[in-house]
Amino acid sequence: MTAVAATGAHSGRRFFFANERTAYWLMVAPAAVLMAAFYFYPLVEVLWISVTEPKPGLDNYALLFTSASIRRTIVTTLRICTITTAVTIVLGYVVAYVLVHASPRAQRWLFLGVLVPLWISVLVRAFAWVTLLAREGLINTTLRDAGIIEQPLALIWNEFGIVIGMVHYMIPYAVLPLYASMRDIDARTVSAARGLGGSRFYTFRRVFLPQSLPGIIGATVLVFIFSLGFFVTPAILGGGKTLMIAEYISLQILDLLRWGLGTMLASTLVIFIFVLLAALAKVVDLKRLFGAG
Amino acid sequence: MADESRIAAARSTRSLGWAIVLFLVLPITIVVPVSLTDQRFLSLPQDGLSLRHYVNLVQSAAWLSSVGQSFVIASGATVISVLSGTLCAVGCWRLGSRWSELVRVLMLVPIIVPTIVYALGLYRLWVQLGLLDTYFGVMLAHGVTGIPYVVIIVSTSLANFDPRLEQAARNLGASVPYTLRRVILPSILPGVVSGSIFAFIHSWDELVLVLFIASRAIFTLPRRIWDGINEHLDPTMAAVATALVAVTAILLVLDMRTRRQRSE
Repeated sequence: MTAVAATGAHSGRRFFFANERTAYWLMVAPAAVLMAAFYFYPLVEVLWISVTEPKPGLDNYALLFTSASIRRTIVTTLRICTITTAVTIVLGYVVAYVLVHASPRAQRWLFLGVLVPLWISVLVRAFAWVTLLAREGLINTTLRDAGIIEQPLALIWNEFGIVIGMVHYMIPYAVLPLYASMRDIDARTVSAARGLGGSRFYTFRRVFLPQSLPGIIGATVLVFIFSLGFFVTPAILGGGKTLMIAEYISLQILDLLRWGLGTMLASTLVIFIFVLLAALAKVVDLKRLFGAG
Repeated sequence: MADESRIAAARSTRSLGWAIVLFLVLPITIVVPVSLTDQRFLSLPQDGLSLRHYVNLVQSAAWLSSVGQSFVIASGATVISVLSGTLCAVGCWRLGSRWSELVRVLMLVPIIVPTIVYALGLYRLWVQLGLLDTYFGVMLAHGVTGIPYVVIIVSTSLANFDPRLEQAARNLGASVPYTLRRVILPSILPGVVSGSIFAFIHSWDELVLVLFIASRAIFTLPRRIWDGINEHLDPTMAAVATALVAVTAILLVLDMRTRRQRSE
């Protein structure tokens, strides 16, 4: 600033510019300071605790390979997330496909149906599924009154219940990137393929599907990552019997006070997610995917 | 013949799409009839509709105090997120340098990192600062985690704003704060309103952080619902859920109104 002020005749003008940039930096500052002090600092603290408590070293991380209950939790988490992602992408693809090809009027209604659940509290959604799927829930009592079953079906407090609740939660997150990539597909390429005699299915498989691939990859990454650290829905619909990693971490901290173990798992989760994103950064436009593009 | 099968295929794809969208919406609506049941347990109404669970709800001091707490906390958090987030978005937009690009990328971190991970660090920090189980502690945590959403939403409306308008104001001698107040803010107002609604709902619905940093004094609505689902499932919960869906619907309509005004 002093250097700028000392450059002679144009100093007033230049100082004015430096001043202006300072003003813009001052506008960025409150958010930057709040985020640094109250978001990033505690986040780094988690990584730090994982290598210092109860004693310095990587002992906590060794548990990843030796503890049977941790391995079980990780395998369960990966299995549930993989199934959830696969089902979500297939269903989301159908919705996005129909959306792209719908009339503007139908499109508005479909969009409303996809977006409204996003705005409704995740607890309300989980509660609605409990009402439907519980032992004495609406589905079981209806089926029993209709004489179709005698014993209630086990629809909840197991992996089935978790997957239903998670798929229901995740579909909108899959539809949006899929829709965005399908909208960019030039409809003339499809007409051309059809005009040249390609069957409907052949055209879809060889022309439409490949062009929607970026959307598929993006949606898959998004849904898989959101699923990995998901707490509320799996905790409610799993009923404490099927533990995914987020609930396992909260148990370690809130009930067992095992900070070393809890922060180690939390750090592992974050590192895994960022490695996954780094690996896919070349294929997927991450900023656009997370809404900031 | 071939034509008929083609039309049938197109129609079945379309029906499947609609069926999936119904799968998204219908299960949520089940809370409405359940909240009107005349029974004491979660069920559909059997001998008639009843408002008794709504009466229970409005007569329950516990539920009402949770609603009040959540409202105060979400309002405070919204102020923090919207003030700092909007300033940050405008600053980044004008700076346009590598640094502000970095700021925007860093803003994505809270969206990517699972809340449970941050909750652990937050708990530790709040112990050190004596903010556990306080209104201000929860407000600050929700406010900070709401900033990225405001930044993203406001940045989107800035992308549609003609930067020459701002330059014109500056060249005519307006100061930076004056330009911000009289030129930039009025034209990105719909984005700021959307950001506020989003920030409010973010705090209003937030559970995981509250489970860690609140205990006796702070009992927000999501925490009350969480306890209800885990301990005593009764139709009052369905009444709460219905009320929440109604509130969300109202906010959504407000948001759509402001968007429509913006596009007109």
